[in-house]
Amino acid sequence: MKKNWPLWEVFVRSKQGLSHKHVGSLHAANADMAIENARDVYTRRREGVSLWVVESVHITANKPEDHEELFDPAEDKVYRHPTFYDLPEELKHI
Amino acid sequence: MADTKNISLEENFQAKVDNEIKIEPKDWMPEKYRKTLIRQISQHAHSEIIGMLPEGNWITRAPSLRRKLGLIAKVQDEAGHGLYLYSACETLGIERDELFQQLNTGKAKYSSIFNYPTPTWADIGCIGWLVDGAAIMNQVPLCRCSYGPYARAMVRVCKEESFHQRQGFEMLLTLSKGTAEQKAMLQEAVDRWWWPAMMMFGPSDKDSPNTLQSMKWKIKRFTNDELRQKFVDVCVGQAKVLGVTLPDPELKYNEETGHYDHGPIDWDEFWNVVKGNGPCNRQRLKTRNKAYDDGAWVREAAIVHAEKKEQREAAKAQVA
Repeated sequence: MKKNWPLWEVFVRSKQGLSHKHVGSLHAANADMAIENARDVYTRRREGVSLWVVESVHITANKPEDHEELFDPAEDKVYRHPTFYDLPEELKHI
Repeated sequence: MADTKNISLEENFQAKVDNEIKIEPKDWMPEKYRKTLIRQISQHAHSEIIGMLPEGNWITRAPSLRRKLGLIAKVQDEAGHGLYLYSACETLGIERDELFQQLNTGKAKYSSIFNYPTPTWADIGCIGWLVDGAAIMNQVPLCRCSYGPYARAMVRVCKEESFHQRQGFEMLLTLSKGTAEQKAMLQEAVDRWWWPAMMMFGPSDKDSPNTLQSMKWKIKRFTNDELRQKFVDVCVGQAKVLGVTLPDPELKYNEETGHYDHGPIDWDEFWNVVKGNGPCNRQRLKTRNKAYDDGAWVREAAIVHAEKKEQREAAKAQVA
């Protein structure tokens, strides 16, 4: 049976102090090769200082149809934001 | 019941598109939107991969180390662009291997421009100036495409494409200041590439029935003719800098429209090349298939190596 190289998701830290960000995917036989390929495909112009690769099958995502259930409850919780609280004008640095 | 559900899903989808909310891989989308995107993104990826061939054959013959470095970097970018795009295409639920098969068997198309030969060094410059120039016109609006992964890939592609066009133009500028022979070589290459580059925007709007739907879905932002017009308008000034004549006797400024009018495009030639009868169609597919077949043992060996390494590490872990 013909086997294909698995798919990997690539995350790049663009500079120290920032978190890794998803940039795309690629195929590679294993993790070492995925790192090497990610270097060539996604960082040819100093776009990164650190790489993460993770095999795509290991990523679990929420179902889009659960969107409302997951995210709508945050919509009406205005009291979680600083502007919800009324304070006098003369109060500084708060 | 199922029908009503589909209608509301489709309305919801179109409302998102109208409101400039990007569509992401797992979101519901009309089957035709998915198919249109798979076809368009994969054709685009194939074009990047085949696009390496006419340029690659000049790497060993580049006239200086500076030119060779630039050309190698450019060809490597084309491979990279192909990979970004294949990766975006796979998010729509098609396997990379299937995409490769479609290219290798000739089932899928790639941009017809790469079926033209590059007989001189000036042709390589023209690919940078005119072919990449036309590609940029096409690609910049794709950065705002409604499908998230495609739009993101295009942002990366466009950033890199600008270097391609500039390196091509610099090459031609050098020739334009050279000997009479070099100047003639430059003009002849422009004569060869101008019309094929104009055809890169695809059939005229009246013969492009899918444009309307693609614009409604915001896959496309401009029609073929609109993009072609933009291209003509910028090229006229650039040709003057190079001191070359664009091979179109009917090209002239139209005071009323504020644009340059151009002569008729030979659509018979266009369709002939699309159908596989261009100067290099067979050669390109043959080269592509040879590269793919010659690489088969590498792909297989890498899998076996990865498996062995995993087994060795597992055995080591057991001992420890």
